Formats: sequence, C-alpha cells, structure tokens
Amino acid sequence: MIPQLLNAALTVVIGVAACVLYFWGTNWVLDRTLSGEGPNGGANDRRRTKIRPWLFLFPALFFMTVYLVYPVFETLRLSLHDRNGTNFIGFFNYIWAFNDPAVRQSVFNNLLWLIVVPSLATAFGLVVAVLADRLWWGNIAKSLIFMPMAISFVGASVIWKFVYDFRGPNAEQIGILNAVVQAFGGTPQAWMTVPFWNSILLMVILVWIQTGFAMVILSAALRGIPEETLEAARMDGASDIRIFFDIMIPQIFPTILVVWTTITIVVLKVFDIVLAMTNGQWNTQVLANLMFDWMFRGGGDFGRGSTIAILIMIAVIPIMIWNIRQANRAEGTR
Amino acid sequence: MATTTTSYAEEQAAPAARAFWISRINVGRLIAHLALLALVLIWTLPTAGLLISSVRDRDQLAVSGWWTALVTSDRNVALTLPGADAQAEEGGRYVIRGELFSDAGVTVQRYGTSINNPTEAAAGETLAVRQGGEITVAADGSYEWVSATPFEHDRVRLFVVAGTPPRFTLDNYVNVLNSEGIGRSFINSFTVTIPATIIPILIAAFAAYALAWMSFPGRAWIVALIVALLVVPLQMSLIPLLRMYNGIAMWTGGNSKTYLGIWLAHTGFGLPLAIYLLRNYMAGLPKEIMESARMDGASHFKIFTTMVLPLSFPALASFAIFQFLWVWNDLLVATVFLGNREDQLVLTGRLRELLGSRGDNWEILTAGAFISIVVPLIVFFSLQRYFVRGLLAGSVK
Repeated sequence: MIPQLLNAALTVVIGVAACVLYFWGTNWVLDRTLSGEGPNGGANDRRRTKIRPWLFLFPALFFMTVYLVYPVFETLRLSLHDRNGTNFIGFFNYIWAFNDPAVRQSVFNNLLWLIVVPSLATAFGLVVAVLADRLWWGNIAKSLIFMPMAISFVGASVIWKFVYDFRGPNAEQIGILNAVVQAFGGTPQAWMTVPFWNSILLMVILVWIQTGFAMVILSAALRGIPEETLEAARMDGASDIRIFFDIMIPQIFPTILVVWTTITIVVLKVFDIVLAMTNGQWNTQVLANLMFDWMFRGGGDFGRGSTIAILIMIAVIPIMIWNIRQANRAEGTR
Repeated sequence: MATTTTSYAEEQAAPAARAFWISRINVGRLIAHLALLALVLIWTLPTAGLLISSVRDRDQLAVSGWWTALVTSDRNVALTLPGADAQAEEGGRYVIRGELFSDAGVTVQRYGTSINNPTEAAAGETLAVRQGGEITVAADGSYEWVSATPFEHDRVRLFVVAGTPPRFTLDNYVNVLNSEGIGRSFINSFTVTIPATIIPILIAAFAAYALAWMSFPGRAWIVALIVALLVVPLQMSLIPLLRMYNGIAMWTGGNSKTYLGIWLAHTGFGLPLAIYLLRNYMAGLPKEIMESARMDGASHFKIFTTMVLPLSFPALASFAIFQFLWVWNDLLVATVFLGNREDQLVLTGRLRELLGSRGDNWEILTAGAFISIVVPLIVFFSLQRYFVRGLLAGSVK
C-alpha cells in the first residue's frame, strides 16, 4: 500500500521533472544551435521563432494524437473489420447493427434520454437559478443542488438504487420511492424491472447530477442581463412570469443552447449509470453500455464494438461542427 | 474565444436586484420560497438517506426506512421461556421469573402466547398460558410466570413485538474499510488520481501559451482541432487503445493493465479541456505586460515560467479540480485500462462490484458509497469558486 503511494508520488516527481527537462532543454538547445549572434543572426532569429511554438506544442499534440486522433481513424477502420480486426468485411457490421434488436433498443433509449435529460436538467437549472437569485438563502440552495456534480455516476447509482429499493409487496419498504407510493395507497414495485419507467428512473439520476451544471451557467448568464432592461419591463407593469418568458429567456437563449448541447454530449456517453443499475436488462440498454458489452463479450468483438462507437460519434458530429463554428466566430471578434 | 467569466462587478450588481425584490413581499415570494425549498429537498434527500443509513445499525437498516432512524422500531421476535426446572416455590405458588432481553433499552410493546396472535396483550397485562399458569410481561422485558400447580412443560414460546431504540454505529465503516476492500481501493484511487491530475497540467500549460501568445502557421487549425476533440466520445478511443496496450504488453512481455498506462490515458483524455481552458485564460492576460517583457529581451520561455504561469493560477486550479473529480469518479477508463486485481481496483470499480455481490447489504453499500464520495465532496465544497469559474470558462460560447 505505502510503496504504491510512494510509487505514485515518484511518478509525479519524475513526470514533472521530465516535462521541465524537456521544455527547458529543448529551448536551451534551440537558443544555442540557432544563435541570434554572428553572420546568420537575422535568419536564425526567424528560424527560432518558427520552431519554438512547435517545441511548446509537441508533447500535447503527441498525446492528443495517440489517445484521441489516431483512435478515431482506427475505430473507423475496425468497424469495417471482423471481431479481431484482421479481415475486411465491408459494411457487414453496420448491416448487423441496423438489424440487431439490442442495437435498435439502445438507439431508441438513447433518443429518449436525449429528449428527457437535457430538457429537464436545463428547465430545473433555469428555475433554480431564477428562484435562488431572488431569495436570501439562494446561495445555500444553489450549493446543495450543485453538490451532485461532485458525485461519481456509480456513487449516484448507489444513492438512487437505495431510493428505488423494493422489499417485496407486503414488507415494510426501506426505499423512499416505494414508501411514498405505499403512503398514497399505491402498490410498491420493483421499479428497475418495469420497462419504460425503469429507463425514466435512470434518467432521473442524470437529471439530478446535471441540473447543478445548468444552474451555474444559466445563473451567470442571468446576472449578465442589464438591470435597466429588467427595470424598464417592471416600470411597464410586466409580471414576473412575463419578464421570465419574454425577457430573461430570449436574452440568455444562446447560453441555454450551450447548456443543452453540453448535457446532450454527456447523455450520449452515459454508461456508468446503466451498467451499475441494470446492466441493460429490462429494456434499459443504451449505446455506450452496449459497446462496452461487445468489447468484452466472449473475448470481445472489436468490429461490432467499434461500429457502436461510430454510431455515438455520428450523433456527436453536428454538435462538434456547431461548436467549432461558434469558436471560430468568437475568434474573429477577439 | 469569448467566454463567460463573472467579474466581481457583476457579482456586486446582484444585491441591488435583491433589494428590489425584498420590497415586494407577497404571495409570489412565498411560492418562490416553497418551490425552491421543495427542489432543494428533492435534491438533497437521496444523499441524506445514504448518509443516515450508513451510520445505522445493520439490522434496523434492513427493516425500516432511514426516515424512521430516530424512532423506536418494532420487530416481531419469538422467544423460548425457561423449562420447568427453572421454577421456584413461593408461598404455595410456583413462579418462574426472568428477563426477556439481554440488551438494555429494548422494550416490549405487546406480546402473546400464540404465533397467530403476537399482539394479544399489552405490556403489563396478564395472559393465561396454555401449558399452565399465567404470565405477566412488563414493558422493560421482565416477566413473572405464576402457577398454582407445579410447572411440567418442556418448551413454551412467547411472541413479542419488541421496540428497539434507534442505534447509531460506525461499525459499517469499520467493516467496509477492512473486510470489503474499500480501504485498499481508496489508496488505489489516490494512486491513479494524483499523477493523472498533475502531469497533464504542465503539458497543457506550455501548449496553451503557444496557442495564446505565439503566432505561427496552422494555429487556427490546432485550436479548431482542440475544440473538436473536446466532444469526441471516449468510446471512440477505447478499442484502439486497448489493442495498442495489449500489443505493447505482448511485445515487451509485460502487463497491459498498469498504473502507468492509465496515467497516460487520463493525460491524453484530459488535454483538450486543459488546453482550451488555459488558452482562454492566458489569452485574456494583459497584452501590455507581455509586450514590454518582450521589449526587454525576455524569451518566451522566461515570460511563460516567470509571468504567465503564476498569473494563470486560477485557471490551473480550475482545471486541476475538474481533472481530479473526473479521474476520481471515472469508472470506464479504469475498468478498461486497469485490472480487477486487489492492488488495482479503484473505488468506483469496487462499488460496482459490491452492487453486484452485496446488492441487498445496504449497510455495506451505503458506507462504501459514502467513502467514495467524501473526497470529491470535500474538494468540491472547499474549492467551489474555482470549480464554478472553470465550468463557466469551459462551455463553448
């Protein structure tokens, strides 16, 4: 145990030292080999200016290429190959995916997640942001609603599995959901085995986690609305509800879009919650969990796993393009 | 890239708005209070339930909801009364006396002599026993069984509704830390998290500086690439990297599941966000300082290490918190790149394993889950300001 921690600490020291040595060393070498003095001084100066950015960028580009860029192309290649990635089989994996009931189920569930989670998380986040900004204990409320952001998806799954717990039809319920249902005269259920509602209850977990994120971003945007605008509306006798819908929402609409897309990306990658709560049983399967399943099932089918990863990637691409365009536009105004 | 950063000026503007609202105490405000309170309760109760349950006695936890934790819980117990040889003769009567419970604090609510009717009599009342005599059980569990004739039974049972007072204990924690492997996993999680948080920061800081303050051909492309990589799903990387790691392990004859492997993987996955955040921050630093330093002949390397790095502390802290929380809370990368061996299983993985093997042992699950979330919660609450700043700067506008 202790040696292991020492090992980790040593890695930090070695890693940091290696980085410092690399950056300092290459810069030193560059300054020495292409000195600004002497007959070639001017040309050397220009060459150094050209080379130095790449010295700064190299480690980052290297890691991003190995861990993110190359895998994208490799996954694309593997999706056209068989389970070991050796034989080219064309679009066979995609045809399989199109006809496979589990993939269809996952796509359907993912669409459901995409509709429910971003909309509810954004809506709750907006409501909390608006309410909290006008109440004296708003900051405490915001902290508490923000807290689930720090909790892992697996930890959140344990928390909510306890909420959804079921103890047989006649026993005393220790899960709060069934206790509430019972108190209102309903019949307790093993919720995780009831198709459709089980998916909804899994989505509740992610909404619970993501609302805090939406709240923080939207709260900052709301504060950015000029006070004069709100004041003018109030002078004209607009009600709070009208101010909310006719002034606040249009003013912060770009931010709402940002929040929405960010949560959408999280939703597309949702995996831990489904794995920990149901592992895709009772019609709750989603693409990310199905992909994980194929990665290891029976020694792993890399072709089918890659194909499912590509399906997730395809869903992300529109958001990616939108993000790049937004970033480029912002770059232009700098 | 434009980003939202709430300045202090904007934060100061809020009280003015607040003062305006305070002047309007009405039904609407009351509804606002109640609505927010309801939301806060819904958001905190699940976690509160977990925390409360984790310190409850395991037997009570299994039979009653955590919201009854402060109330005496009732349970039905069947007890065997002493045999005929325990009787004593007192003034012509035959008596058996004793205590039903060895635990102090347990009380008798009702009791009965038949399994079909365990609530026949209240504590203190007297019941006839079929095998002879009459029994009186007091609320504290002491009983007196009296008969005019000698007892001749060999086995008589008593059915009691016993009230157990609330009992809180740290036993669950001791148990999961020692025998369920959570303690070991706690160390493993730290082993993964610390290098995986620190190493990317340094690499990203240099790259961010180059992208913010050096001009070179292709810069715009690299920035666009980083924005694109921000949203590339991790799922795209898993299979190729798993194959690559396996290939390297085969080639070197080593193990494909190593701490070094996961440190580097987290470094790679964390870099786009790190560079993005740091570049945005560094680009906002005052241009005049940089230019005057350049005039004085300072090199980029010198400017970076002596001025930009210290000035960028808030952004570095933001990213460090992000990366720490993300790595600590990660299950996917750890499952794929780290083994299930005792010396490698991280907290999230252990929790998932316990969910499978100990699905009904809530005293283990609640305590285990709380241990796994306590570190992020401490980081979160103590450094919330930096975390929020990072979130605001991290969302593409």
